[in-house]
Amino acid sequence: MLCDICKKAEATVHLTQIVDGKMLKVDLCESCAKEKGVQEAAGFSLANLLVELGAGEASRVEAPGVQCPLCGFTQADFKKTGRLGCSACWETFEPALASLLKAMHKGDHHVGKVPAKAVHTLALNGRMQELAEQLEKAVREEKYEDAAQIRDQIREMEAKWKKTVGAARTTE
Amino acid sequence: MKIDDLLKSPSEWVKADGPNSKIVMSSRVRLARNIRDHPFPGWAKKVERQKLLDVIQPVVEALPEMADHFGDSMDNISAIHKQVLVERHLISREHAAKNVGSGVVISDRETISVMVNEEDHLRMQAIKSGLQLKTIFKIIDRVDTELEEHLDFAFSPKLGYLTACPTNVGTGMRGSAMLHLPGMVLSDQINQVVQAVNKLGLAVRGLYGEGTEALGNVFQVSNQTTLGEKEMEVVERLNKVVLQIVEHEENARITLLEKKPKLVYDQIGRAYGILTNAHTVSSKEALNLLSLVRMGVDLEIFPAMARATVDEMFILSQPAHVQRAAARKLTAEERDILRAELIRTQLATIPKPDLSHRPRGDGGRAEPE
Repeated sequence: MLCDICKKAEATVHLTQIVDGKMLKVDLCESCAKEKGVQEAAGFSLANLLVELGAGEASRVEAPGVQCPLCGFTQADFKKTGRLGCSACWETFEPALASLLKAMHKGDHHVGKVPAKAVHTLALNGRMQELAEQLEKAVREEKYEDAAQIRDQIREMEAKWKKTVGAARTTE
Repeated sequence: MKIDDLLKSPSEWVKADGPNSKIVMSSRVRLARNIRDHPFPGWAKKVERQKLLDVIQPVVEALPEMADHFGDSMDNISAIHKQVLVERHLISREHAAKNVGSGVVISDRETISVMVNEEDHLRMQAIKSGLQLKTIFKIIDRVDTELEEHLDFAFSPKLGYLTACPTNVGTGMRGSAMLHLPGMVLSDQINQVVQAVNKLGLAVRGLYGEGTEALGNVFQVSNQTTLGEKEMEVVERLNKVVLQIVEHEENARITLLEKKPKLVYDQIGRAYGILTNAHTVSSKEALNLLSLVRMGVDLEIFPAMARATVDEMFILSQPAHVQRAAARKLTAEERDILRAELIRTQLATIPKPDLSHRPRGDGGRAEPE
């Protein structure tokens, strides 16, 4: 088995962390493990390591040509830094990041604080959640016509959301 | 406020007057925020960073919480002062490396600090003594609410607050508690606890955050996840786990005193002996020995008034603080000499270890004879 980071040396350090019932696994060679501070009892987080690896994973799977229309950030850049370029990048790269976010966090959507400017969209948000669930169900039951209809509804709501946020945007 | 005025007195959070402050040295909550549709600091060009700093910095400085504050661009702050701020946990090590285009604003009592253009456009934190995560969250939550009136934060209904790193997306919140755990280190239980805490989705780190050593038996426990859970739920979960660790630490100390009282008194006595007599001490050695003296205060081997001195020494013995006290450039050797002198003088006010109130000096818990 080869090291997940350098893909060259034989992996001799096998790590498993169970975070909230989800199993995270990584196989590393001696020197990469050392470099990532895996030997230290404290101060090591598999989740952070997965960000870096996930970054590499994402850029292999997706088309490398994808670029953020706002800031010009590419997947290759994400692979290098493990960070995104701007808030608009999240929209561009979200599909590629979905599995990474799932492995890293408790859930796949935000349930915390909402800025006052976006509060009036909260109701919209709840409805969106409902639609997403319906869509999943429709696909599962192979009711593709229903699914297409629900998808259109979601798109419409997304457009509406953007418009309200745009209107609430303050001048800098 | 000038930086020297800010640094004149120790941070308020060092005062060890908060709840559970014997074991929980401080609690901290930080929020990461970004301005919509502007490149994150790590990807922005210098001009873009500077432009945003010019917008954000005055808004932060105008906060009611910042009525008295120190605020400046990072390129105006000397390397020593930056390091002092790191040692006081007011800015990150990463932020200390920033210059033009990044800034910092710190409230006069050092309870609230805001880094502008660190990894995210805004990193705001509140820090207080002892275990009071809920109170601190409320403080920083209010700061965030005030800021959002003037700044357009990047937010998505699905993913929450959008951040540069996927590990922060959602709430952008990281809560942490700094714990002093000599009992569990001495009884070799610390690795078990670290693993158990990891399993609960919380991270354990050293004194100065990610990738740092657990000097002075000080550990930071913080939440790892930011998506899919409400802020208060995270804060409450963290609070609960910290309380459990506090209980374990107390038990570890009791067991140690029952089983190996001489080992405990020996370690504390030696630490006191070295610190009151040494003429050169590295910061690492100082922290590890101060930790034992601190535990001695908890065990009432030293008077309670000694706690403030010891806790202050935890910060004042750090390299940049020693350097700053000297007011001239020191070599590492000179620093170790000055540090020893500083600690010697301060600890001279603390009387010798006193085991008299512990019957027969064996921890007070009779073992079968």
